[in-house]
Amino acid sequence: MLHKTFVRAPEWEIVIGLEVHTQLSTSSKIFSGASTTYGAEPNTQADAVSIALPGVLPVLNKGAVERAIKFGLAVGAHIAPRSVFARKNYFYPDLPKGYQISQFDLPVVGQGALTIQVEPLSGNGKSYEKVVRITRAHLEEDAGKSLHEDFHGMTGIDLNRAGTPLLEIVSEPDMRSAAEAVAYAKTLHSLVRWIGICDGNMQEGSFRCDANVSVRRPGAALGTRREIKNLNSFKFMQQAIEYEAQWQIDTLENGGKIHQATVLFDSDKCETRAMRSKEEAHDYRYFPDPDLLPLDISPQWIEEVRATLPELPEAKRARYVSELGLSTYDADILTGSREMAGFFEAALTSLTPIPSPAGGRGEQAKLCANWLIGEVSAQLNRDGLDMVQCPISARQLGGMLKRIADSTISNAGAKEVFRTMWSEGGDADAIIEAKGLKQVSDSGAIEKLVDEIIAANPAQVAEYRSGKEKVFGFFVGLAMKASKGKANPAQLNEILKLKLTK
Amino acid sequence: MSLNIEDVHKVARLARLAMTEQEAQAAHIQLANIFGLIADMQAVDTKGITPMSHAQDVSQRLREDVVTETNQRELFQSIASQVEAGLYLVPQVIE
Amino acid sequence: MLDSSLQQLGSALRARKISSVELTQLYLDRIAAFNPALNAYITTNAELSLAQARAADVLLAGGKAQALTGIPVAQKDIFCAKGWRTTCGSKMLENFIAPYDAHVIEQFNKAGAVNLGKTNMDEFAMGSSNETSYFGAVKNPWDQKAVPGGSSGGAACAVAARLCAAATGTDTGGSIRQPAALCGISGIKPTYGTVSRYGMIAFASSLDQAGPMARSAEDLALLLNVMTGFDSRDSTSLQRDKEDYARDLNKPLAGLRIGLPKEFFAEGLAQDVANCVHTAIAQYKQLGATVVDISLPNSKLAVPVYYVLAPAEASSNLSRFDGVRYGYRAPEYSDLTEMYEKSRAQGFGEEVKRRIMIGTYVLSHGYYDAYYLQAQKIRRLIAQDFADAFKQCDVIMGPTSPSTAFNLGEKGDDPVQMYLSDIYTIAVNLAGLPGMSIPAGFGSNGRPVGLQIIGNYFAEAQMLNVAHQYQLAIDWHTKQPNVI
Repeated sequence: MLHKTFVRAPEWEIVIGLEVHTQLSTSSKIFSGASTTYGAEPNTQADAVSIALPGVLPVLNKGAVERAIKFGLAVGAHIAPRSVFARKNYFYPDLPKGYQISQFDLPVVGQGALTIQVEPLSGNGKSYEKVVRITRAHLEEDAGKSLHEDFHGMTGIDLNRAGTPLLEIVSEPDMRSAAEAVAYAKTLHSLVRWIGICDGNMQEGSFRCDANVSVRRPGAALGTRREIKNLNSFKFMQQAIEYEAQWQIDTLENGGKIHQATVLFDSDKCETRAMRSKEEAHDYRYFPDPDLLPLDISPQWIEEVRATLPELPEAKRARYVSELGLSTYDADILTGSREMAGFFEAALTSLTPIPSPAGGRGEQAKLCANWLIGEVSAQLNRDGLDMVQCPISARQLGGMLKRIADSTISNAGAKEVFRTMWSEGGDADAIIEAKGLKQVSDSGAIEKLVDEIIAANPAQVAEYRSGKEKVFGFFVGLAMKASKGKANPAQLNEILKLKLTK
Repeated sequence: MSLNIEDVHKVARLARLAMTEQEAQAAHIQLANIFGLIADMQAVDTKGITPMSHAQDVSQRLREDVVTETNQRELFQSIASQVEAGLYLVPQVIE
Repeated sequence: MLDSSLQQLGSALRARKISSVELTQLYLDRIAAFNPALNAYITTNAELSLAQARAADVLLAGGKAQALTGIPVAQKDIFCAKGWRTTCGSKMLENFIAPYDAHVIEQFNKAGAVNLGKTNMDEFAMGSSNETSYFGAVKNPWDQKAVPGGSSGGAACAVAARLCAAATGTDTGGSIRQPAALCGISGIKPTYGTVSRYGMIAFASSLDQAGPMARSAEDLALLLNVMTGFDSRDSTSLQRDKEDYARDLNKPLAGLRIGLPKEFFAEGLAQDVANCVHTAIAQYKQLGATVVDISLPNSKLAVPVYYVLAPAEASSNLSRFDGVRYGYRAPEYSDLTEMYEKSRAQGFGEEVKRRIMIGTYVLSHGYYDAYYLQAQKIRRLIAQDFADAFKQCDVIMGPTSPSTAFNLGEKGDDPVQMYLSDIYTIAVNLAGLPGMSIPAGFGSNGRPVGLQIIGNYFAEAQMLNVAHQYQLAIDWHTKQPNVI
């Protein structure tokens, strides 16, 4: 297998385009006033429009359009001054009207682009930046759900989801590996949450990906693609694309042909298989929906929406690097979500309220980044919490970082403060006080302590002086123990070194 | 652009209308006549004419994003053929 | 009482000379007596009607009556009315009890009118003779061998035969005007977007428009006052100030410019109909109007364009009838596809299926540009013809239908001949203009002839004025069928 991959790698190029369906976070449906809340009892949110009673009509939700505009602006796309809703006709039990209202030749969002950071999925590659072009994004309505649990051999239809607004974001076939596809999907996922148009909950189907995969000889025309439907996790996306690409390569190498098809990924067997219901050729008979008029978006409206856009992750990332001197790696992680970035900025502000570009703030930013990416993230992970659920506030963290920065507490002391804060709350100064964690920086006291240790351990002193510098740690340990961890480590090191070499 | 009997069958399938061969034959003759009438339109030069989808040149009005509907499942499902546990039942759907 | 205008009826009700319950019962009794022969109603529900009448009587007694309070109005069975069986003339909806009210129904309810029953119609409004109704053909009250026209044939018959005080209809290609003409009554299809389509079962969404059918233009004005109005639930409903359609009824017609399109008087028009229309025009001249010859060069394409666009929209609009959430489901099927195919094949009648087939075909891959797009482009040319014509005239007149009512079964096997009976009405829907038909005499076979009046956008009040002045001068509209 490894050998085959090695041989084939230069011979085949994988081409991937993604279609992502994001459920927009409106309160009501795209064409009616029914609720979009997830998880309600079946069909209790299926109003007259959702179940397509005879005579009912669609009226467009302003909130859905606003979110589409927001997205378009975030990816630098052209917002169509006039877009049109069309009917896509096909019969399916979860599609009550027998057609889906969607945008066809005149979508609301035109061409845009998304910059992604690609982290190689396997071991030793280097991360790199890439720009993926977005072809378009259009508004449409979601379908209901078919429940295949056995109802006497029948399928149950729940139309609560029918009519939930979707923004379908279509990329160009610009991705060349599963890693790039995953990086694109993750960046998009973080962006739609960042700008607040989608909750991004993949388990609940708020962010669903379809991948169009084909393979070709480098430089050749695009191969025939197969579409993998409903990839609802990044892990599955990676596995599905890798499997599918390998299957296509094997098929072609064995003299076979690829036929355009829609496939599903079976995560248990880790393989893709063609969907039976989609075998029949479709003829969707698109035409402009006569019940809906053209959607006009004025330049003023676009500007109003632009004013509500937060600083975008890409801009923030660049600013963290240039203004705060953070590494691109740190900046990337800190801008992974708006919550993370917000926490970081709030903690930094409470640590150093006045930005001083002349110096100092960079170190503090690094300190803050280290704690967020390190201790805080690890602890959240262990407790299975999101950033928003973090039990300590940015101000609390900032308060503690301040005491690290001014040497009031040692790193060990800080960890103790952090643990206490996490489980019991309270601010850093109170915890330091209560637990007596203030480190000793009185050089007289430290010297006295060091003198006593040197006197009590003549053998080790001799060893050190004969060149065995490893014993140094032994002295540090003893001194820390004797000071109950409160000795300022930098000072202690200095004094120890001085006295031992004498 | 003449309509043949295969087209009739294809269209009936697309429209989900069961049709016997005999019905298809009869439909074929009538549809061919109707398309004869429609063919009058083909000769017209419409270059540069914008298609007219709506009687009035107005733009879409927008709803505020507010929930206005309440649960009417019981009423709505009282007119359905087959429901169970709040779900509409249909013959098994195979994906 | 049966020949009173709505204004007179309203006065009698408000003066407590008759109660709404008595009036409603009077009509229900007439329906019981004559409907078995005429088949104008699909559903009556005395309990629901009388309950509304009693409520109206309370309003009347309390002095809170409006113009139509207590007046029994027949509703076309295309409007959803909560608690009423609403069939749209189809087996598909034979047992469909509407769970909500159409906007039109709400408007009548708010006005305190009584829903007298649901009138017969061509299935899903697809037809020009009422013969496509699953519930049987309606008879023309002037001659029961003849059709009443369609699709609002039940409504036209009910008004003509005095089986209601007034009625509602819908008009996609002539479905108010043509049956009004064939049954000798008055009917108006207002400007597209004036009456909300919410709750009106869709045939061709971009053409469908509801309107009133009654015995006089004066009555139509009162009905239109109730039916129109902005409705936020219909995206195509126009936001306009409420107007009083009766405001101009008594204006003199001096100076009125009537356009006569030469295409409306060409080959295909029956001589007796032409004679009546020319007589009416001559009478208008006596009332002070002048006549202008105009041309609507693309109007001859209206029928072909319509039979692309209307079926296309219909094929999609009727996809919701799949036997899942409401409506007919076939008793036997082996899988999902068969359930769909059998339910729809058994639930829809021949004409509906034919139009679904046409519509599906013209939208399908490879044909869209040649049929659908081409038709939409010619639709614009047709609308432009009218815009040009209205630079020269105030209203356009001509025949409503090329002939008087034809016999039942006469055009049954020939859809194309049937389609051509709407040749003068269809262009108006394509343009979205208001159009009406008023009685203008009788043909050689004693069957009524209608005069069509076409106005510019939102010119309903003017058209009603034009019709009313004629009806003050000439009494064709007061004639009633003597069969009853």
